[in-house]
Amino acid sequence: MGEQKGLTIQGNMATALGAKLCRPDVVPAYPITPSTLFPEKVSEYIADGELDASMIRVESEHSAMSACIGASSAGARTCTASASQGIALMHEMLFIASGMRLPIVMAVGNRALSAPINIWADHQDTMASRDSGWLQFYAEKNQEGLDLMILAFRIAEDERVLLPAMVGIDGFVLTHTVEGVKAPAQEDVDEFLPDYEPPHGKLDPKEPMTFGSLGTPEYYQELKYDQVKAMDNSPEVIDEVFDEFEEKFGREYNRITPYKCDDAEIILLTMGSMTGTARAAVDEMRENGEKVGLAKLTVFRPFPGDLLKEIAGDAKGLAIVDRNISPGYGGAVFAESAGIFINEDKSPLMKNFIVGLGGREIFKKNFKEMYEKTKEAVEKGSVDKMVEWINMDEEVMR
Amino acid sequence: MTKVKITIGGINKDAGSSKEYKTGGWRTMKPEVDIEKCIQCLKCFDYCPDGAVKKTEDAIEFDLDYCKGCGICAKECPVKAIVMKVEEK
Repeated sequence: MGEQKGLTIQGNMATALGAKLCRPDVVPAYPITPSTLFPEKVSEYIADGELDASMIRVESEHSAMSACIGASSAGARTCTASASQGIALMHEMLFIASGMRLPIVMAVGNRALSAPINIWADHQDTMASRDSGWLQFYAEKNQEGLDLMILAFRIAEDERVLLPAMVGIDGFVLTHTVEGVKAPAQEDVDEFLPDYEPPHGKLDPKEPMTFGSLGTPEYYQELKYDQVKAMDNSPEVIDEVFDEFEEKFGREYNRITPYKCDDAEIILLTMGSMTGTARAAVDEMRENGEKVGLAKLTVFRPFPGDLLKEIAGDAKGLAIVDRNISPGYGGAVFAESAGIFINEDKSPLMKNFIVGLGGREIFKKNFKEMYEKTKEAVEKGSVDKMVEWINMDEEVMR
Repeated sequence: MTKVKITIGGINKDAGSSKEYKTGGWRTMKPEVDIEKCIQCLKCFDYCPDGAVKKTEDAIEFDLDYCKGCGICAKECPVKAIVMKVEEK
């Protein structure tokens, strides 16, 4: 085992370094805030001779994902980066990448969607792509961003999966924030992630094949079922790969990670960078004798319902924190979590809290408020208001 | 139509296989020609959107692998030699 190198870098640098360690062959990308530094760093790696890859400078994100699809079809290890409007523009191609079973990895700087135009942290961009058939990973900190890039390639390229994957790091909160990370040695990543050789076929003029052909009503449903089955098989692969990574590199990953949940009556469910603040809030509340726990979602797709049931099934209340909103319902994580418990005899009371949209700060006191509100509902035995917006500024409300 | 097993991602390892895809299966009505009436004017050939009419020695015939049963040939035939019939499947 080579030594892991300590570095102090921004989140985009961490995901770019994670990508570089995976030795991608092709990187088509169109820069967009807050993930611009990713393609910048990758082109620097190529220019400095540190990475042997083709960078394709495309005219839009739609083209970026199209080029990814072509490259991956030809058997190239392919990655890109995007955010917000960029992901919205490539929306059409996201479904094609997953339907064609291409293990492309995309580093995302999670950012709000317009209008109003906003460049700050928000999970709306990837939540709007949750049905696109991509695996979705979310990082709490830059180290996770780096590691998850390596993990995403390994999982996506597994023969039992063969699906594209997104790795989300919160815009600015992580993308532009400098943190200490440990970078695995190249030879160890090479060992962990062998060369990609597509088992299902590749574009090659010497051996012509048809990719992306018509799927008539006689075949479409079976092809979709086959694709969804790969997603359904992936938790097993994810757990296996997470374990192997921990053994090799010493850092633990779980689809959901519980924190002080064993005797917790109320559990906060969070995703992304807000988790650090929530953990500090939980520690303070624990000091005051409150039986509160925290569950962090690292994998959103496939949704880890099995683990959520294990972690929160015996709790009295579950406060689900969403940095996104599906107008007309609530947050996406809430909708998914609620669905998991629908056929269970026992289920925690659930409340949904919408926070941090468009880069709005999330404070410890906000998590304490969510806890108090959930506790009130538990004591009352019913939930009056299912979805609540937190940290609203009454002064600017009309 | 022969059924084939699906593959991962729907990749078709035999390039150029579109020739094997017979679109005649979409049809519900089937044209029939009365060769006694046919004068071989070939209006049906000109009008057929699918190129599914072929000239024979003494009349015409239909390529049912591709004929969609639209009935344009029957409508255009000046001597009413073509009739459309419901196809039993």
